[in-house]
Amino acid sequence: MLLLLGALAIIGTIYALVNTSTAARAAGSPHSETAVEEGQALYLEGCASCHGLNAEGTSVAPSLIGAGAASVHFQVSTGRMPLAAPTVQVERKEPSYTEPQIAALAAYVATLGPGPAIPTAEQLDTTNADLAVGGELFRTNCAQCHNFAGSGAALTEGKYAPSLMPATQQQVWEAMLTGPQNMPVFGDGTLSEPEKQDILKYVAHLQTQTQPGGLGLGSFGPVTEGALLFTLGLGLMAGFAIWIGAKLR
Amino acid sequence: MSDSTETEPDFVTATEAAHHPRRTDVDPRAAKRAERQVATLFVLATLLILASLVAYVVIPVDAGVEIPLLGPIGALNVALGLSLGLGILLIGLGAIHWARKLMPGNEVVAMRHELRSEPDERRAAVEAFDRGLADSGFAQRPIIRRTLIGAMLVLPLPLVILLRDLYTSPQGAPSPAEQLEQTIWDSDMRIVTDVSLNPIKPEDVPVGGLVAAVPANLHEVEEEEGNLNARAKAAIILVRMRPDEIVSQQGEAWDYQGILAYSKICTHVGCPIALYEQRTHHLLCPCHQSTFDLADSGNVVFGPAARQMPQLPITVDDEGYLVAVSDFQQPVGPSFWERS
Repeated sequence: MLLLLGALAIIGTIYALVNTSTAARAAGSPHSETAVEEGQALYLEGCASCHGLNAEGTSVAPSLIGAGAASVHFQVSTGRMPLAAPTVQVERKEPSYTEPQIAALAAYVATLGPGPAIPTAEQLDTTNADLAVGGELFRTNCAQCHNFAGSGAALTEGKYAPSLMPATQQQVWEAMLTGPQNMPVFGDGTLSEPEKQDILKYVAHLQTQTQPGGLGLGSFGPVTEGALLFTLGLGLMAGFAIWIGAKLR
Repeated sequence: MSDSTETEPDFVTATEAAHHPRRTDVDPRAAKRAERQVATLFVLATLLILASLVAYVVIPVDAGVEIPLLGPIGALNVALGLSLGLGILLIGLGAIHWARKLMPGNEVVAMRHELRSEPDERRAAVEAFDRGLADSGFAQRPIIRRTLIGAMLVLPLPLVILLRDLYTSPQGAPSPAEQLEQTIWDSDMRIVTDVSLNPIKPEDVPVGGLVAAVPANLHEVEEEEGNLNARAKAAIILVRMRPDEIVSQQGEAWDYQGILAYSKICTHVGCPIALYEQRTHHLLCPCHQSTFDLADSGNVVFGPAARQMPQLPITVDDEGYLVAVSDFQQPVGPSFWERS
């Protein structure tokens, strides 16, 4: 295990050095040969046991041919891949790879077949985006699963739509484009790039906004608010009742 | 209770033996201390309530304050809650403390009266009723009695008729039931994205994709009608799956190359739903967890909904944009009285 980590660290460092010198990271542009080779090495070490030696997929994991760089970056940078355990819901956790390693993996998978690319800095730039339109688009396309405040909510049979609070702008973009797990794909044809930028701006607003009305309680609506009133509110009432009725010496 | 007499007082003091005097009953210094404590609570409450006025004037509405563990919260509400809320609480605490320490601590018994009236009063009431019955002639004059009962029976009829006509339909307009059965979807009506109202080509919808969509003429209809009724019935979702994943549909080839259009309105009580899981093809209603399988005619697989989700037949027009083939072939949304 230590050996593996050491090897990963060395490869990562080498890649980082190579990466800065070649500046081959711009998404959509052809990936450098070195990055692809590093990515393939990482893939064979960490991913091939489930996704197959040629990413053709196995009985336990889908094919990655055509999955695209965006999908790889989303799954690995949110820590969902490599999978901790095959459960109903793939959960977010600390990523197992560094950003340069993820970029290498993404570059390798991108060579297997055409798929959604990692968004560029210009695509993720929301300075000219419209927050109000973003809110409307969010409520029409995202809120049904991720909740009106982006806090996430339950799906069927133990699955759930995760909270958007820890998501980076890039991850939100990649999720819309690739539809991870049970999330539908929101292609550029029906949700254009400017509209995606509007949504990013709204998500950033949700992540940083001040709760004007007091405690947000996770913005889960009546569930947490009712639970708090029921436990703390009724508990306090019961406490006062006991105090009023207690016998004095 | 049974041995209570006319002269018994409402309250009697329980026997002295059962009562333990409090410290404030026997020690004047303890009573004085309790008095000071109550007064202190009331003074603190006064100061806090005044502080809430200061906070209201001084703190801007949009100011935030970072509370450890709880995150950023509006500063004004935090200040008002702490000052005014605590002030009101202290008034209550002072009152309880006052009652517990200083008000009389003797247990008292409040006697309950018998609910039944005295025999004389009961007899008088029966006599008055009988006299009224005889004087009015209600029993002796059957024609009056029967016509009165008849009048009372027709009285509710206007209520029923007026309620039915609360909805006034113009001459020739469809009845409320007919309106519930149809939407503004029609043959060759373009399907456009919700919010941005862009027409959709089949290649815009990827496999696993989801699009919230409305009919192209929705905004004109909304402006004409001045309400959102058309939207409430016509909202749909487009989903795309591989054609071999489609088990069944509500009509022969109602999809377009794996793109399926389903109503967005739950058939249980009408919540809008778009919780679509692209792998299971399940559509889940957040209100009561009704689950529809969009790969299998939109049939209900879980939950209280009694009816499948209505499917809209679609195709493409000459310019290659997705259009409806016709209106829905069954009423959308929850059941209603006249639904066939």
